[in-house]
Amino acid sequence: MIYFELFYIFFLIGLFTFGGGYAMIPMIQEQVVGKGWMSEAQLTDFIAISETTPGPFAINVSTFVGSQTGGILGALCATLGVILPSFIIILIVSLIMSKFLNNRFVKGALNGVKPIVLALILSTALLFMVRVLLFGGNSLYSVDVMFDRGALGLLLLLGGLVIIKKKVFKKGLNPIMLLLLSALCGLILFS
Amino acid sequence: MFLVKKGNKFIDILLLFLTFLKVGAFTFGGGYAMIPIIQREVVDKRKWVNNSDILDILAISESTPGPIAVNAATFIGFKVGGFFGSLFATLGLALPSFIIIYIISFFYKTFMEWTLVQAAFKGLSVGVIILLLNAVFKLKSAVKTNWLGVLLFTIALAVMLVLNFLQIKVPMITLILIASGLLVGIVATLLSRKEKTK
Repeated sequence: MIYFELFYIFFLIGLFTFGGGYAMIPMIQEQVVGKGWMSEAQLTDFIAISETTPGPFAINVSTFVGSQTGGILGALCATLGVILPSFIIILIVSLIMSKFLNNRFVKGALNGVKPIVLALILSTALLFMVRVLLFGGNSLYSVDVMFDRGALGLLLLLGGLVIIKKKVFKKGLNPIMLLLLSALCGLILFS
Repeated sequence: MFLVKKGNKFIDILLLFLTFLKVGAFTFGGGYAMIPIIQREVVDKRKWVNNSDILDILAISESTPGPIAVNAATFIGFKVGGFFGSLFATLGLALPSFIIIYIISFFYKTFMEWTLVQAAFKGLSVGVIILLLNAVFKLKSAVKTNWLGVLLFTIALAVMLVLNFLQIKVPMITLILIASGLLVGIVATLLSRKEKTK
């Protein structure tokens, strides 16, 4: 039954993917394209769309693959599959951690990891910036370097607005508003 | 008293669902993009966790299998509302994706070719960059600025940037970096303990 297969495959994908949805791509290729459920080209399209639509990449891709191979029930099975390992493991970790939160070593370990995580976020931001400004949003070096003045202009404009809002109006940044604004600007400026 | 508690719990779970519905609906371009939304909704508005906790949650979410957004939702959900909290937080996170993608799957070829979509997404990408940089700015106050913290930060940043620019693929590099951070933290605690007993 395809539904159980979808659930099982995406359960495995969820279980063996560390550190971000993109790591699951090779496994999906192997399992889904390998089985002939869809073509490589289709999967590439799905990945592209999953990157641009809201929500976690992994969930987008699972829903996509699931719906194409098994309708809405397929989408449900795939998505549930990819979520379940996370859910179970984190519940276990939460239960364990709640007992050890005041342990000196746990605290020390977490203090050591915080700067690392901060660095990971910053590097993601910087690399993403390079991708958008120099490679048109594609992976580094996958295409020729083409400096995107429009994107830089928008970046400076919106960045400036955020800074002004903070310094002059003393108001924090509302991410949802910024996203809507930047999407709107994108529609106006880039189409 | 018991009734009041139960009522609170129900509202908390509902709020978790709605909050993560927002997170799921406005996270574009990858797991980390959820951070600014979570900061705004979970830290600033609901005060369920603070910025320092966010870094811990991210570290755990990165180190455990599965999508980091799901891990984070489950974690925060559990902290606020136990099992049902984590259940509804995760459901809320997944729902917008599920609905939107399911609908798009029927006409995805057309969707891809819509220049409007591409244009909007380019704008969104710029927005996400700003949000991520702002998130780093807000989170750094939650990190101790002793020499060790700065050193770890700089090394991790350098490693990530260099590997990416030179296109060297190290499998599970984020895991390795996180594990290193945990290890250094433990060693530092050990050493400071030794200092105290001298």
